Amino acid sequence: MCATCGCADDGGARVVDLDHPHPQSPSHSHSPGHRHDHPGDHRDGPGTTTVTLTLEERVLAKNDLLAAENRGWLAGRDLQALNIMSSPGSGKTTLLERTARELADRIPIVVIEGDQETTFDAERIKATGVPVVQINTGSGCHLDASMVAQALRILDPGSGVVMIENVGNLVCPALFDLGETSRIVIMSVTEGADKPLKYPHIFRSADLILLNKVDLLPYVDFDLARFDHDVELVNAGARVLTLSATRGDGLDDWYTWLSGELLP
Amino acid sequence: VHEFAIAESVIDTITAKTGDATIREVRLEVGRLCGVQAEALRFCFELAVQGTAMDGARLDIDEPPGLASCQSCGLEFEVRDLILLCACGSARVEVLSGEQLRILSVEMAA
Repeated sequence: MCATCGCADDGGARVVDLDHPHPQSPSHSHSPGHRHDHPGDHRDGPGTTTVTLTLEERVLAKNDLLAAENRGWLAGRDLQALNIMSSPGSGKTTLLERTARELADRIPIVVIEGDQETTFDAERIKATGVPVVQINTGSGCHLDASMVAQALRILDPGSGVVMIENVGNLVCPALFDLGETSRIVIMSVTEGADKPLKYPHIFRSADLILLNKVDLLPYVDFDLARFDHDVELVNAGARVLTLSATRGDGLDDWYTWLSGELLP
Repeated sequence: VHEFAIAESVIDTITAKTGDATIREVRLEVGRLCGVQAEALRFCFELAVQGTAMDGARLDIDEPPGLASCQSCGLEFEVRDLILLCACGSARVEVLSGEQLRILSVEMAA
């Protein structure tokens, strides 16, 4: 919520730099037309004539414009940005921790963590030695382009890859472009093979789908063939990699994909 | 729910064009495949407009159906969700319509 007026314009997002742990004051940018006077009832009486104003404008045009600005800023620095989305608990942070530990000496990596509250994930990433900022969205259920812009300004990365861990949610993040170069959806075998059909928007938007926790396949009822079939229905031809971020299965394929993204 | 953020985005976008003018009606196009629930958006809009120039405005939502075309056999057909499968069995299906999320027009007090 906006500290100035109490409006919920940015859903109460705070950006926390762990090295300077006072939350950045809301560099809360209202669109030019956003008014702070919040007038009371100013409707005219019934029967007043009206004028039609045709807008034909996309609802998310503002976010999409900010995302395009992020994309240009990233391209100017030769940076790749990955928007990593999944349900809570699918292993996003564990994969990022391991990737940071095993790849950061070869590829410059910075991380943006998104959660409603706490800096738990940013602390875990910080322990790997990789620069990180935490975005706390408060009541918000997804990251948006303006939050990512703030985090990028704090991180100020030079080159390499920006890993953006979105808020754990298979619904809302699908709609909001952050300016990323690729969208990755992670799901774990413990969630059940039916998720691509239950949450088709997010799976459809993915450039890469990572199936995590495959070390647990012997213990859970997860139908791999059904998963592959259902992914094909919502995102025909999507790249799917299977891995275990804890045991290490499939990580070479993930690193190969990542390196390929960084090639000019 | 992202519908609240969508409602705020609708209000911001309109206000940027109309300033303080009183808005009586907002017409939106919310395609059936766009990932936004019209009813949830309606609920959130009513909350989000409180204290703005759109307070009390009527919300008219047009919900165009999903249309898709099969890349394998060329059939065009209506789709109700993003599980895209042609009757011919192919999943190589392109969405033609239904993903729109637009503000069409507003009625301003003259």
